[in-house]
Amino acid sequence: MKPIYNSLSVVDIQPYKTGFIQKLGLTLSGVGILILFIALFGVSFQNNTLFLAISLGSIFAGTVIYATKTYLSMPAGIKNHGMWYNSLTSKGMLGWLTGVILTGFYIVLYWYPELLGLGLNGAPNTHLIALFNPLSNFFTGKPASQWFVYGSLYTLIIVSLGVKFILKYRHNRYQIIRTLVVIVAQLFLAYLIPNILEGMNTERPYFAMDIKYFWPLNYYFFNDWHLNNMVHGGSLGMVYLVWGIIGFLIVTPVLTYYFGKRWYCSWVCGCGGLAETAGDPFRHLSDKSVKAWKIERYLIHSILLLITLITFVVLYGYFSGSSTFLGLDIYTYFTHPYGFLIGAAFSGVVGVGFYPILGSRVWCRFGCPMAAYMGIIQRFKSRFRITTNGGQCISCGNCSTYCEMGIDVRAYAQKGQNIVRASCVGCGICSAVCPRGVLKLENGKLDGRINNKTFTYKK
Amino acid sequence: MKHIVIIGNGISGITAARHIRKMSNYRITVISEESEYFFSRTALMYVFMGHMKFEHTQPYENSFWEKNKIDLIHNTVKHVDTKQKMLTLKTGISIWYDDLIIATGSKSNKFGWPGQDLDGVQGLYHKQDLEKLTQNYKSIKRAVLVGGGLIGIELAEMLLSKNIAVTILVREKSFWNGVLPDEESAMINDLIRLHHIDLQLNTELVEVIDDGEGKVKSITTSKKEQIDCQFVGLTVGVSPNIEFLKDSDIEMERGVLVNEFLETNVPNVYSIGDCAQHRTPTGGRKPVEQVWYTGRIMGETVAQTICNNRSQYQPGIWFNSAKFFDVEYQTYGWVWAKPKENEATFFWKSKNEYKSLRLIYDKIGNHILGVNVFGIRLRHEVFDQWIQEKKSIEYVIDNLKTANFDPEFFKHYEAEITQNFQSHFKTLEIA
Repeated sequence: MKPIYNSLSVVDIQPYKTGFIQKLGLTLSGVGILILFIALFGVSFQNNTLFLAISLGSIFAGTVIYATKTYLSMPAGIKNHGMWYNSLTSKGMLGWLTGVILTGFYIVLYWYPELLGLGLNGAPNTHLIALFNPLSNFFTGKPASQWFVYGSLYTLIIVSLGVKFILKYRHNRYQIIRTLVVIVAQLFLAYLIPNILEGMNTERPYFAMDIKYFWPLNYYFFNDWHLNNMVHGGSLGMVYLVWGIIGFLIVTPVLTYYFGKRWYCSWVCGCGGLAETAGDPFRHLSDKSVKAWKIERYLIHSILLLITLITFVVLYGYFSGSSTFLGLDIYTYFTHPYGFLIGAAFSGVVGVGFYPILGSRVWCRFGCPMAAYMGIIQRFKSRFRITTNGGQCISCGNCSTYCEMGIDVRAYAQKGQNIVRASCVGCGICSAVCPRGVLKLENGKLDGRINNKTFTYKK
Repeated sequence: MKHIVIIGNGISGITAARHIRKMSNYRITVISEESEYFFSRTALMYVFMGHMKFEHTQPYENSFWEKNKIDLIHNTVKHVDTKQKMLTLKTGISIWYDDLIIATGSKSNKFGWPGQDLDGVQGLYHKQDLEKLTQNYKSIKRAVLVGGGLIGIELAEMLLSKNIAVTILVREKSFWNGVLPDEESAMINDLIRLHHIDLQLNTELVEVIDDGEGKVKSITTSKKEQIDCQFVGLTVGVSPNIEFLKDSDIEMERGVLVNEFLETNVPNVYSIGDCAQHRTPTGGRKPVEQVWYTGRIMGETVAQTICNNRSQYQPGIWFNSAKFFDVEYQTYGWVWAKPKENEATFFWKSKNEYKSLRLIYDKIGNHILGVNVFGIRLRHEVFDQWIQEKKSIEYVIDNLKTANFDPEFFKHYEAEITQNFQSHFKTLEIA
């Protein structure tokens, strides 16, 4: 008997083995990464432009080749085979090693950029940062900084692994469209446009130009130096000042009311973008315990409260012209500790460095004040919810396992309750992995959003 | 204080325990031979494939039971004495009860094939089955699965994830054809073959052959073929797991016989879930129903009765769901493999995707009776209501969009289906 459906016959007989093309892709990516390491450890290239192009190009091409072969060899669908057997994705040796390397990278990036080759006090860049000089020159005519290197690699990773994610979830149009937006948001709003604008305004002082980087995630937005730089930044500075205020005061609550916090957290946010792409293989490592939920609620809302208080202090200082508040130096006692502990140590070192150990959304779940702010709106006044489908849930637990925010989705689904939780970032993976079609992300009327009906015992 | 003893910690027994606890302070003891804590057996396949760890199949944290004062005993019940209201465990310990709930679930069927007890021959139902397979899969090059049903397809997917070659023997002329109509069944046949599974229809297992050391070496089929294999999966259904009650006063046939209140012939003894056999099944349902949600509903119902609100088991309109590899299946109302005399059918199938929709409606009344859907998600509540309210087939077609439960941005098929429906009826009118 001849199968009717020939269109899918590209499927391999043994789809879950790593074949030649996949190895080629991995090797190519490996070469790209190796060049970065060679630069990092002090070998200087004759031609940085060429080697940088080879490095970034082969990382991207290798990833795409590997992902294309891997996922197109299988029929479209959820393929989480071996996630809990793989050393990298199940907190094994490779996972811990990756965690240590990532954490190390962030520590160096934040506090010892000279180890990456940043030229201090006007000295020329060396090592890894020098490798990125040509690209930085192209945009701004200036040599690279550690933040330029970081931003470039960050964008490359979101784009490459975003393509991988799309291939992995190619049967799911919500995931495809969402990830395309994540890629575009990172590439254009966070990287290309800010860099081009900076290139056009090189004489102006620095202020954050990522178009979607709002207070309170951007914790230094109201700091006096940042306000001053925007105020003295010409019309562009004024545009960013006004947009920044509209962004957190109007855009954020309005969009969160209509779509839930997902419009930001899993569609455009940079941290979220990295978590959804690079972090995807680690999403199941999030802690699902009630204890973790308790810690989450205290921690994230404390941080929102903290940054709000600090911002008031900062604004008091700005308008009163005083550098102290109640006798305490504003920089020493307020802005600096927050930047160090929350802005750098939590969001960067722990947030990304611990991906392979604590999952991909540690920062978003426990720390991000922007997420906390939107979460309050989402919980109490938003059209967004995840609907469960009557009595179809079989309590298998795929949804809870793959929830990157550690929500016990199953607990709701098996009772036929809608999921209305402050922390849900609306990534849609619970709905994707559900084998019984139980979960659906929806925007709808506020009436009956939090339901208690069960599809079981009838009186 | 009344002591409620529940034998079996599956979805039925645990639901009963939880609901009794919600409504009362009775002492509750749950005894299980299989596992220390409640887990979802539907997820065993995902543990094997590495999607989840076993702990993820447990819907409640381990501390939940103590917090809710539900005592758990991990042991086997050997004997039930309903006169003394006493159970005897394997370890010799006796337990007295005031109310007893039997919720021992199923066991895999074996039909007396020669060699069926050899090493490497097993079903897939219990936690122990998963453990056995996990220990043995590395030496399997080819596996033969016997039976064309839902557990078979899951086991096939599991083995394929380890790059093991799979043969499936199906007695019927097409996969799951006793339940699925021909077109859907044919679609599943294609899907199975797409995954490079050797699907042998109209074929039965004759014998499992020993390698001389008590392990399976090969099997022979009713087509006189010998297939070398290191594993035989018996997935020919399950039946009530009630042997231990044989010498009790509890009346049994295939399962423990219960009335509509889930009461057995013995006062204060109830039976729920897979192991119960309904004396008077309602709504076209089978006397023994091995379905997750009916276990849950029975658990909730018996809890009501035990807490002094004697309640009838009312599962409502039939529904079910499954997944064949990457293709989801849902059904609401009754769709029989062959339509009954009063039933008319409308069937739509996508040309190049594994998606289909079948609507069954009454020939005379024109009202909707059931739906089978592959590759599209439908809203349970909407179809439940339509079937209950006897909405006309035209109404269903016109409002199909309100029943769609696919994620946002998914392709919609309602327009194509409506068009198909209209041309279907033109053809009928001309004829």
